[in-house]
Amino acid sequence: MPVIKVEGLSKVFGKNVKQALKLLEEGKTKEEILKQTGSTVGVNRASFEVEAGEIFVIMGLSGSGKSTLVRLLNRLIDPTEGHVIVDGEDLATMNKKDLLRVRRTKMSMVFQKFGLFPFRSILENTEYGLEVQGIAKEERSKKARASLEMVGLGNYVDQYPSQLSGGMQQRVGLARALANDPEVLLMDEAFSALDPLIRKEMQDELLDLQDTMKKTIIFITHDLDEALRIGDKIALMKDGSIVQVGSPEEILMNPANDYVEKFVEDVDRSKVLTAYNIMKRPETVNIDKHGPRVALERMQKEGISTIYVTDSKRNLRGYVTADDAVVALRSDVTNLTAILKTDAPSVPKDTLMNAIFDISHNSPVPITVVEDGKLLGIIVRGAVISALAGQGEVNLTHA
Amino acid sequence: MLNFMENIEEIPLAEWVSKATGIVSDSFAFLFDPIKNEFGDGLESFADMLAAVPPVIVILLVAVLAFFLSGKRFGLAAFSIVGLLLVWNQGLWEELMLSFSLVLVASLLSVIIGVPIGILMSKSKIAENIITPVLDFMQTMPAFVYLIPAVAFFSIGMVPGIFASLIFATPPTVRLTNLGIRQVSEELVEAAEAFGSTGAQKLFKVELPMAKTTIMAGINQTVMLALSMVVIASMIGAPGLGREVLSALQRADVGTGFVAGLGIVILAIIIDRFTQSFSLKKGTNI
Ligand SMILES: Nc1ncnc2c1ncn2[C@@H]1O[C@H](COP(=O)(O)OP(=O)(O)OP(=O)(O)O)[C@@H](O)[C@H]1O
Ligand SMILES: [Mg+2]
Repeated sequence: MPVIKVEGLSKVFGKNVKQALKLLEEGKTKEEILKQTGSTVGVNRASFEVEAGEIFVIMGLSGSGKSTLVRLLNRLIDPTEGHVIVDGEDLATMNKKDLLRVRRTKMSMVFQKFGLFPFRSILENTEYGLEVQGIAKEERSKKARASLEMVGLGNYVDQYPSQLSGGMQQRVGLARALANDPEVLLMDEAFSALDPLIRKEMQDELLDLQDTMKKTIIFITHDLDEALRIGDKIALMKDGSIVQVGSPEEILMNPANDYVEKFVEDVDRSKVLTAYNIMKRPETVNIDKHGPRVALERMQKEGISTIYVTDSKRNLRGYVTADDAVVALRSDVTNLTAILKTDAPSVPKDTLMNAIFDISHNSPVPITVVEDGKLLGIIVRGAVISALAGQGEVNLTHA
Repeated sequence: MLNFMENIEEIPLAEWVSKATGIVSDSFAFLFDPIKNEFGDGLESFADMLAAVPPVIVILLVAVLAFFLSGKRFGLAAFSIVGLLLVWNQGLWEELMLSFSLVLVASLLSVIIGVPIGILMSKSKIAENIITPVLDFMQTMPAFVYLIPAVAFFSIGMVPGIFASLIFATPPTVRLTNLGIRQVSEELVEAAEAFGSTGAQKLFKVELPMAKTTIMAGINQTVMLALSMVVIASMIGAPGLGREVLSALQRADVGTGFVAGLGIVILAIIIDRFTQSFSLKKGTNI
């Protein structure tokens, strides 16, 4: 069940709204409509669904309508047309009272420039959402403190925003948004005002928090690296329209059109693709059943010089080389244990490719991808290089 | 040809205004008379009460307040003591108290009327478009002119003085309240709304606190204008330091006029610093 369902959502700024909508239906571009009617298309018939617990990233160039779209979701901007269905309720047609309730209990927002009230202490800022609901002082203070603890600012309750660094201020923004325990977090370029190191830290922290919170997060950014790092799904916007929605890998590997392709062109793939994405199904022999003869036969057939060895439970035991197998055959050894080597490098499946690259460079044998002692796959050096170059086979199903 | 105005009858603008004033004054007599009488009486007893407090106590009180409001510095406190002692010494204490009560009441009323109008303007483009030219008009019309309808409505004394002062001194509070609220950053307003604030919560919890410094600057201007009205209002019988200045003017008595004028200056400086310190007090957090 999706938590948020957006259907045919449009926003036209300006006077000739009706005419602009009609032109949109006719397929006129944002530019043509601006010329003909003087109205600006903010969002053009967007439709998408966001599942519970998902980080849904909306990405696009400046002016593509990201901020407008996210503000349509909690109706800080009134839609011109279309529906925003949150938990089965349509915000677009909802009365004022219900809208207040939804904003107070279901959705919170985190702002690009933090949006903290300078005359309120950190605690008072964090309490704001609870305060407007009329929650008693003691309870809201307790919740706000817990929320500040969560973002690591438990000791700053009595400070004022101007006394905190940018990163800390945005933690307060996050704590304030979490204090009333909403289902949905709306984050409009929440980390864009931070310098790169702090930004990365905040991304990690958000992901850590998300592991325990399992909120539904709509995250706006114009930075593809950020989108790929934190997004479970990414929607790409252009001129108010959503041009592609998909997992980070889908967006990267199968861009829907030129616009998306341009966008993803300069992405550093090494920061995105994981071991799981580029590994191959391994050729193996079973140490409990097979001896050097079978191992050698398999290697000759596949044209490889090493083969991985597992046991009957598919636990990885090591590998043997063709040379060792030949020697073993000659000296009538029937067991693989004698020639088993265990020095093959192994990585977890979500290891990023830039880490794998260094390992594969120094290893004469393919890298193993291991989970709970079981062999999932292997990565040959060629695969790393061709994936870095944006070619080659890539495994797109989610790990 | 060039003198075509000779052929056009003069529009009886002055006559209309007089007539309208007469009508207003007559038909609202039920309103103006009690204001004139009750409010006037209350005002006088308030002024008398102030004047009845021993000067030493007032001076000490002002000095202590000045000390704390100026961030525990002695400058303003010392100035207040010396200045007020001088006024007392010149036998103008009662006049000073009368002027002060006039300024105080006029300013309070200006703020009570001005802030809500400013809020209305900030919330409605239409209200802003209507009120702005009215404010321009109120401020550019020479202050003396207001004395005439003031007398028509409230005869002479303190009440018409305060009425004229209201018209003259309220605009800055209105303008700067409007400006202050409109200047609150878009993001803070959005933050207030996104967390489900009602209109009133947004106003009182975010907009007014954010606009406070600007509004206080407007109030400071209002108080100063009200003070400048002290002299002008003496022309319609408002008592106080202004009346001393006026009578000195009529007798061409430079010395007395100067001393009374000095009293006004001292009052002005003290009031100015006091209202300014209110606007800057919590400024460290902003
Ligand atoms: N209040 C408004 N009135 C008129 N036009 C607007 C308004 N707000 C946004 N627009 C227009 O709508 C379009 C989308 O703007 P929006 O701010 O949503 O873009 P964005 O993707 O968030 O850009 P950025 O990355 O710069 O924040 C732009 O063409 C913008 O000019
Ligand atoms: Mg934006």
